[in-house]
Amino acid sequence: MEAIACPDCDLLQRIPPLPPGGKARCTRCGETLAIEHANPLDRPLMLTFAAAIALVIANTMPLMGLSAVGRESSTTIMGGAHEMWLQGSEITAVIVAFCAVIAPAAHVLFMLVVLIAVRRPPAPRWVGEMLRSAHLVEPWSMTEVMMLGILVALFKIAQLATVIPGIGMYAAGAFIALIAAVMATFDPREIWKRVAWADGTLPPVPPDDAAMTGKAA
Amino acid sequence: MSAREVSAAQVGLVSCGTCHLLSRPAVPANPGYCPRCGARLVWRRHNSIQYTWALVIAAAICYIPANVLPVLRTTALGSTESDTIMGGVIFLYQSGSWPLALIVLVASVMIPLGKLVALAYLLITVQRGSVHKSHDRTRLYYLIEFVGRWSMLDVFVDAFIVALVQLQPLMSVEPGLGVVFFMAVVVLTMLAAQTFEPRLIWDAGRDLEVSHG
Repeated sequence: MEAIACPDCDLLQRIPPLPPGGKARCTRCGETLAIEHANPLDRPLMLTFAAAIALVIANTMPLMGLSAVGRESSTTIMGGAHEMWLQGSEITAVIVAFCAVIAPAAHVLFMLVVLIAVRRPPAPRWVGEMLRSAHLVEPWSMTEVMMLGILVALFKIAQLATVIPGIGMYAAGAFIALIAAVMATFDPREIWKRVAWADGTLPPVPPDDAAMTGKAA
Repeated sequence: MSAREVSAAQVGLVSCGTCHLLSRPAVPANPGYCPRCGARLVWRRHNSIQYTWALVIAAAICYIPANVLPVLRTTALGSTESDTIMGGVIFLYQSGSWPLALIVLVASVMIPLGKLVALAYLLITVQRGSVHKSHDRTRLYYLIEFVGRWSMLDVFVDAFIVALVQLQPLMSVEPGLGVVFFMAVVVLTMLAAQTFEPRLIWDAGRDLEVSHG
């Protein structure tokens, strides 16, 4: 059994051995502490790979085209940010580019490298660093918010012009579904079990269980 | 609170913020680095209350120009029209799409305001050492973390309208200053949610082995 402190309330507790698909929640605040996955490395790797391909397509193909009074225009995600820049709102352009392109790309790339690197344990220490970076950029990866934003924008423009959804739009939709599936099948605990320790100790030594039982009971 | 409920910090164990490994630091006043992942160990995020307050106040200040200044300026056939965030919601409602109007109203007006009020409430109750409704306050914190990103919706709406509606000389759309302040509100409240230390909610009324700032 693995001793852990809930990251959100610091309650000291033990995660019992879980059946596949089983979930452990903090007994005090209810935060999910662990999910036991049947296939914790291969499945997220496949899904991450597919998500990376979808993201490349979403960023290179036009999201949508528009035609009005005989004129046509189309845009990609980066094109949206670029036009913001040209129109004089550089900060907005940078944030849009970061949340819609750079953060999702960095997140997928870090996850891909981590999942490949841990296949032969012990994985080097930088794998842990990279997992931490993946967690850091994750909240700023806002593809699904962007999709809803495009939907609202399309509706507003539909009154003025004919809008044709492009391949990039479908790819972005696929990316959203795939990255959600990655996060649902991925368990960071599995990665930490395979990464070499910073202090050089190997294999990992669990914290002093006996001492804790005495104090916690 | 049952006798079995013991926080790790109460028994001198520190949980790594990155990899969640529990360890017992040799010198509690200076816990050093996580033996597994090498991240700096802290009992509680340093100066969490001060940082979070600073970010919440900065966001509250930006909230006013974000709603008053126009987010989009539309030029069509020589006349220019300015749209604020609320103006955009009203436009959607009047053009017969109340579901989209409701989505934008919730994401752009209610969520940012709700986050500011909720974070202030969490900060005040933690500072007063409240032991009441800790479950509800933790749930409120999850909610703040979960919904925060959706406020970026209006920024994306504006960016794609600007990108697509460039049909010079007939019609063009430019971003207004309001969108910059609005974005600042979203980014500052997201950072505020990240600097807040949820474990402080549960620390009230408990003696931790180590005092923290």
